[in-house]
Amino acid sequence: MANKNDAKTVKEPLIHIAKRSALPFWQSWLIRIASVLASLIVCAVVIVVFTGDNPLQIYATMFKGAMGTPRKIWSLLQSLSMLLCVSLAVTPAFKMRFWNIGAEGQVLMGGLATAACMIYFKSMPTPLLIIVMIAASVIAGIIWAVIPAFFKAIWNTNETLFTLMMNYIAMCIVSYFVYVNSVPKGSGKIGVINSDTNAGWLPVIGKYNYLLNIIIVALLTAAVYVYLKYSKHGYEIAVVGESENTAKYIGINVKKVIIRTMILSGALCGIAGLLLVAGTDHTLTRDTAGGRGFTAIMVSWLAKFNPLYMILTSFILAFMEKGAGQISTDFGLNASFSDIIMGIVIFFIIGSEFFINYEIRFRGHKIKKIKEAGVK
Amino acid sequence: MEKAPAIELKNITKTFGGIVANKDVSLVVNNGEILSVLGENGSGKTTLMNIISGIYFPDHGQIFVDGKEVSIRSPKDAFDYKIGMIHQHFKLVDVFSATENIVLGINDGKKFDIKSAEKKVKEISDKYGFIIEPKKKIYEMSVSEKQTVEIIKVLYRGADILILDEPTAVLTPQETSKLFDVLRKMRDDGKAIIIITHKLNEVMAISDKVAVLRKGEYIATVKTSETNESQLTEMMVGQKISLNIERSVPDKPERRLVLTNVSVINNEGVSILKNVNFTANSGEILGIAGIAGSGQKELLESIAGLQTLKSGSIIYYDPKTGKEEDLRDKTPLQIRNLGVRLSFVPEDRLGMGLVGNMGITDNMMLRSYRKGNGVFLKRKEPGDLAARIIQELQVVTPGTETPVRRLSGGNVQKVLVGREIASAPTVLMAAYPVRGLDINSSYMIYNLLTQQKKNGVAVIFVGEDLDVLTELCDRILVISGGSVTGIVDGNTATKEEIGLLMTKTADGKEGE
Repeated sequence: MANKNDAKTVKEPLIHIAKRSALPFWQSWLIRIASVLASLIVCAVVIVVFTGDNPLQIYATMFKGAMGTPRKIWSLLQSLSMLLCVSLAVTPAFKMRFWNIGAEGQVLMGGLATAACMIYFKSMPTPLLIIVMIAASVIAGIIWAVIPAFFKAIWNTNETLFTLMMNYIAMCIVSYFVYVNSVPKGSGKIGVINSDTNAGWLPVIGKYNYLLNIIIVALLTAAVYVYLKYSKHGYEIAVVGESENTAKYIGINVKKVIIRTMILSGALCGIAGLLLVAGTDHTLTRDTAGGRGFTAIMVSWLAKFNPLYMILTSFILAFMEKGAGQISTDFGLNASFSDIIMGIVIFFIIGSEFFINYEIRFRGHKIKKIKEAGVK
Repeated sequence: MEKAPAIELKNITKTFGGIVANKDVSLVVNNGEILSVLGENGSGKTTLMNIISGIYFPDHGQIFVDGKEVSIRSPKDAFDYKIGMIHQHFKLVDVFSATENIVLGINDGKKFDIKSAEKKVKEISDKYGFIIEPKKKIYEMSVSEKQTVEIIKVLYRGADILILDEPTAVLTPQETSKLFDVLRKMRDDGKAIIIITHKLNEVMAISDKVAVLRKGEYIATVKTSETNESQLTEMMVGQKISLNIERSVPDKPERRLVLTNVSVINNEGVSILKNVNFTANSGEILGIAGIAGSGQKELLESIAGLQTLKSGSIIYYDPKTGKEEDLRDKTPLQIRNLGVRLSFVPEDRLGMGLVGNMGITDNMMLRSYRKGNGVFLKRKEPGDLAARIIQELQVVTPGTETPVRRLSGGNVQKVLVGREIASAPTVLMAAYPVRGLDINSSYMIYNLLTQQKKNGVAVIFVGEDLDVLTELCDRILVISGGSVTGIVDGNTATKEEIGLLMTKTADGKEGE
């Protein structure tokens, strides 16, 4: 009887995918590093096949492009810190499993508020003006973040779609603002705001243009890390994110936590907008946020919502961006080519998470396992 | 009347890990016959039916269809042997019409023709007396209409053996009697029908034979005409087994919690609790018995401040101040802030009582993190509590920071119960606290509950094992369909008595 059944049993598939129990810290990092190396090899193949250039030369150029001169290092750190700032903003929401993909719009609104203050209140004394700008940008970011949070908390609307749509509204408002305030009239551009008086420009520390931004973001990183890990609010965010039922059971007001966390998220986005407009660009366009609101999602996820790891992930992304830009100029390659390389590397980094969470077993492996278990 | 065996099971055994779901079960259903499979929750009814319909494969045993031995490895195999299963939870596409759902997945090599399909659906429904509109969309249908679609779906595929998993659980009495008429017509047409249920009155009304399962074991098959409800109850609950759980005499019981006319209606407008009245006393374990899903969960959640009441009151008597507090319409936090020390071990341990991805320390903090005025968490106290619980309750874990979802069921429960007891409660509610636990862990939980009772706590214990309920509890409240059908003395009540109360419908007439 038993034999008869066995004969009929469907053949075991060639590969099995099984969830791993947690890997030791060093092993998971080994997998990540291996995946980056693997991505470089694949990129090398792509480079040779499509361009005939020496891949090692290309990599050297990328490195040069990102960190070749002190000026480039400053520029890299500036990109890193702005990306990190937006990533910090989305992280508390993500930890709560609130998929805020509206950071782009929230940053833009922060930037818009900053620019508006700079234009309309230019005669104010600088310290006061800067305080007003900070308040305005934070409030603008908060408003843009709290609207979807409110709808989510009260009517359980889908926050992903809602925050995404808010981005487009923000872009249109910014376009309108730029049109109305364009200099010269009708040009469709604001140009550098207050280029004569520098009113509302954030102060420059020494001769380092970007240092203030970098310091502010470094402080924010530490603050968000501590907030999430050691504060009661951070604990509530984690509980709501892990299990809303547990949160209710324990008496956490889930609605309140959602709204409070999105206020924080929006405020940080507003600050990012402030730093971009008043700290570096000194102008406002539809592209002020520059897609950071979306890239930040990747930074946050890759770092598993840990602000300290996010320094590393935003470094990788900023490095790739700068380096890729350099090879397109040095080698006369189309800009899309650097995008291809960046895409391959990121694909491998994201893909490595699969191998960290799952293992692949080939046919026959399972039988061995069962035998081992039997012996136990 | 020709009565050949349509399907026969011989010595079917199925285990999941160390748990035996079915042990040596043998059944025969003839053509033109309705067999009821009767058993309490966890007696293995659904596992057995899943074996017949190809979802599980038995470890041992044989299945014969029309006298030939077969091996059913997938639902498709089951369908090839003309076995059709109607699941408790419908598997229909909401935006499709009835006919579209019925023909979905049929691959007979012919061109898809909705017109002729509709005609065939019409023929089937006329033949057995179904009432159905073939073009109506599923989302516009009532539960009973959806069930009709499921039944026609299997008939359309030519099933001769039908399995219905608790078909009446979702139906009104009128719909039930309509369903039974249809089933009788199908029986007279020569179909073999297996119906899973734990409602005794329905068993008596519809079936020709009854097969009884108890804790995975097959007890017997009897002819419905030769049995009665109390004999079936006895078969279902079995002989009394002595567990030797220590039960002390309640010391000066005083009323602690009084529920009056508590009613709850769920989101779909279905009445879940109907005018529940009871008193929980200090120093006493009040057991709550009932078929799963009779409203136990909602009852405990109402007390814990997690359910909105339609009517009624929940009065808490503070033992220290003697004050009365109505807990109705209060959130869990408000209840706590009133100084009511209410502990609750919910049924869903990892989904509600604990956070699976957090370690023991962080889970201890769920109850205590608000303490103090600071903005920051204090991990010292919860860490000490975690260490104490690990030691005192012998929790097997690699450390206090290991996520609790990686612990075994028994250890998870020790963590949860340990935390709930640590806050020195005056009322302790526990829902199925020993489900899935081994013997030793179970006894540890019983002892903890008894200890709390001796400390003067009002303990409310929702259980499923009647042996445990009758040995552990001082009084047992029986709930059926959201109504209290009786409160019996734990010292004198018999399992049969409780079993009958569990299956009784609140107002006798309704179930007919």
